Amino acid sequence: METLAALGNGFAVALTPINLVWAAVGVTVGTAIGVLPGLGPALTIALLLPITFKVDATAAFILFAGIYYGAMYGGSTTSILLNTPGESATIITSLEGNKMAKRGRGAAALATAAIGSFVAGTFGTVGITFLAPVVVEFALKFGPAEYFSLMVLAFVTVSAVLGSSAIRGLITLFFGIFLGLIGIDLQSGQPRFTFGLPELLDGVNVLIVAVGLFAVGETLFLAARRKHAPEGVLPVTGSLWMSKEDWRRSVGPWFRGTAVGFPIGAMPAGGAEIPTFLSYWMEKKLSKKPEEFGKGAIEGVAGPEAANNASAAGVLVPMLTLGLPTSATAAIMLSAFQSYGINPGPLLFQTQPDLVWGLIASLYIGNVMLLVLNLPLVGLWVKILKIPEPLLYGGILIFATIGTYGISQSPIDLVILYVVGGIGYLMRRFDFPTAPVIIGMILGPLAEQNLRQALTISQGDVTTFVTRPLSATLLAISLLLVLLPVIWTLVRRRRA
Amino acid sequence: MQFNRREFLGTSVLGGAALAGGIGFAPDVRAQQMVDTLQMFVPAAPGGGWDGTARTMEQALRAAGLIGTAQVTNVPGAGGVVGLPQFINQWRGRQNALMVMGMVMIGSIITNKAPVNLSTLTPIARLTEEYLAVVVPAESPHRDMRSLVAALKANPGGVSWAGGSAGGSDHILVGLICQAVGVDATKASYVPFAGGGPATAAILGNQVTAGVSGLSEFAEQVKAGRMRLLAISAAQRVPGIDAPTLREQGVDTDLTNWRGVYAPAGVNAQQKQAMITLMERMNASAQWKEECTKRDWTPTFLGGDAFGTYVTNEFTRLSGILKTLGLA
Repeated sequence: METLAALGNGFAVALTPINLVWAAVGVTVGTAIGVLPGLGPALTIALLLPITFKVDATAAFILFAGIYYGAMYGGSTTSILLNTPGESATIITSLEGNKMAKRGRGAAALATAAIGSFVAGTFGTVGITFLAPVVVEFALKFGPAEYFSLMVLAFVTVSAVLGSSAIRGLITLFFGIFLGLIGIDLQSGQPRFTFGLPELLDGVNVLIVAVGLFAVGETLFLAARRKHAPEGVLPVTGSLWMSKEDWRRSVGPWFRGTAVGFPIGAMPAGGAEIPTFLSYWMEKKLSKKPEEFGKGAIEGVAGPEAANNASAAGVLVPMLTLGLPTSATAAIMLSAFQSYGINPGPLLFQTQPDLVWGLIASLYIGNVMLLVLNLPLVGLWVKILKIPEPLLYGGILIFATIGTYGISQSPIDLVILYVVGGIGYLMRRFDFPTAPVIIGMILGPLAEQNLRQALTISQGDVTTFVTRPLSATLLAISLLLVLLPVIWTLVRRRRA
Repeated sequence: MQFNRREFLGTSVLGGAALAGGIGFAPDVRAQQMVDTLQMFVPAAPGGGWDGTARTMEQALRAAGLIGTAQVTNVPGAGGVVGLPQFINQWRGRQNALMVMGMVMIGSIITNKAPVNLSTLTPIARLTEEYLAVVVPAESPHRDMRSLVAALKANPGGVSWAGGSAGGSDHILVGLICQAVGVDATKASYVPFAGGGPATAAILGNQVTAGVSGLSEFAEQVKAGRMRLLAISAAQRVPGIDAPTLREQGVDTDLTNWRGVYAPAGVNAQQKQAMITLMERMNASAQWKEECTKRDWTPTFLGGDAFGTYVTNEFTRLSGILKTLGLA
């Protein structure tokens, strides 16, 4: 009841005309930067920090929150249409989304992404409103041992993208893990696989690899094959809107994606990518038509899109309840708090109720605005697919190049982009799946760091993973997920 | 109630007098504008300490009317070692340009055996210092530093320390503490986390014995009673910080995370002096003092060649401790 009254006050703050304008500006800017790979919400908010000197705190945070949520919406657009993920959390979206676009179903893919983002954003915000204190206490129970077990569980999801040959899939998975290991090792401070190049000390950006493999590699492949077998983009057919069937198949993934994304987003080392892997895997397993996966299954767009937006809401939980920045964007927002003389910490809800509740209320409003902004844009965006193929491919390459250069203005990044693009072309040519590279690259280093942290704390005692109840539970679930299908097959064979 | 930025500043003791475009001596301040566009090079990602320093400098300098505008370039990576070569080579001779750096960069140059160093660059000023804090989770049995040190001596590996990346300032302090109490620093269970957020979470969740990081990182958690502050790493008691130093509790060491600015290589003496004067004036401004208070930074200005000597001495000291930690 108290929460509702506080939220009511928050809406009173957020619904003033000037704050509504700030929210509208924020979501529009956010959508735009989400579309561009390279320009992320963290950098954008950093560039806008001087604004804190001119406007009051509530308005500034409403603007920043709009940018943050908006970027999550926009990131999926280029994943779906151009196979060029705008944010690392939308990499998985491109797997099915771009296939849908090529089959003339781009509009339905964009629509299910937008509505899924809205559902997840809204329920995620409900989660912040009512569950934040509970969720954060649960999230703090996760130490390195638990995170390692969570990574083990997440590795199971790689089975959903292995393709026809497990060997080929695992080769690319390990290639991804190798790429993830490049750079300074956090635990020892020593560089690995950097070949003396200072640009490699910080590792290879996963977004550049994704854009290289998906956008550049795929484009080169399609361009090379064009004369032999035109496999072009089908024109947009049928209704722009989602069909009844699309709705039926999207609702479940939206809610399951939200349920996975929000708690993992709230974990200080959870991140936004892992829930998209889990969601994708889950939808493939639960789907009545798993054979459609890899060819453009709408569930594979709806679930991960909901998961990444819910995790974006989840990230705000430790930020608002504990003052903990768990993503770059949250860190910048916290430094903006400081320029108002507010020290974000566990007492923020008590000391700054208007600000916090105004911010939360503006998240609800921003979500509605984003839906209103993005749905009509679907019709406009899909027109991109009408561009003749040679021009479209050329455009994708230019877009991928500019976006990559934008990440850190480093020419080395462009070299990496095209080398990876070349590898992506060869992988596509010889039928190696590309998605396991990304999964390996994100999960590999995380699993390694958490394993070593856990073992440092336990002084080398490996039983720490099974003696801690949460960790043991996660490992048991992973084991079941691997063994159940095998047992199931054996049982069926015996019956037959 | 919404609080307005101007009103808020206006009511604070320091801020009111010198607001840009305000009344009083603001027109005089404007007349002092020294630089039209200040270019700042931040060898770190947006959101970190150096980036925060650059953006706070921008705010204070603009508000005090000392500069027209500022451009911040971020080149993140490896404690500044990725950006440093770019600043040395591509920014050479550039006027009105400053790179934000600090103790972490010295540590990073040493541990990464970087092929470049600061010797060709132009030292301008040390701006701030931030003390490191040793904390324990609220559930911890340790009430003071002596008790933690006793546990450390009894079983060096049994005390796990959460902090930032290996070889960074937090790790260095753990090494110094071990050295001061006669424990082999390589036996310490130091657990590096990627950034302050995850490290703080591990301490709040009672996953580790103790934690080390910048005081501001922990201050609010301590205030809310979720962590206990055992000691700060200052050499003497700091007015306004209600915590004993390590030295007071028999751990004979100190460390501060200082931040400062360098001008590019190859700038002339006049340009060097202009940048030093700009930093002196910023340091004297009410805006800068107020921003430092908000952020728990202690402004300990040290300008020009004295700063250059200070950096050289830090190099020697940090090389020593990093060698004992097996990192250099």
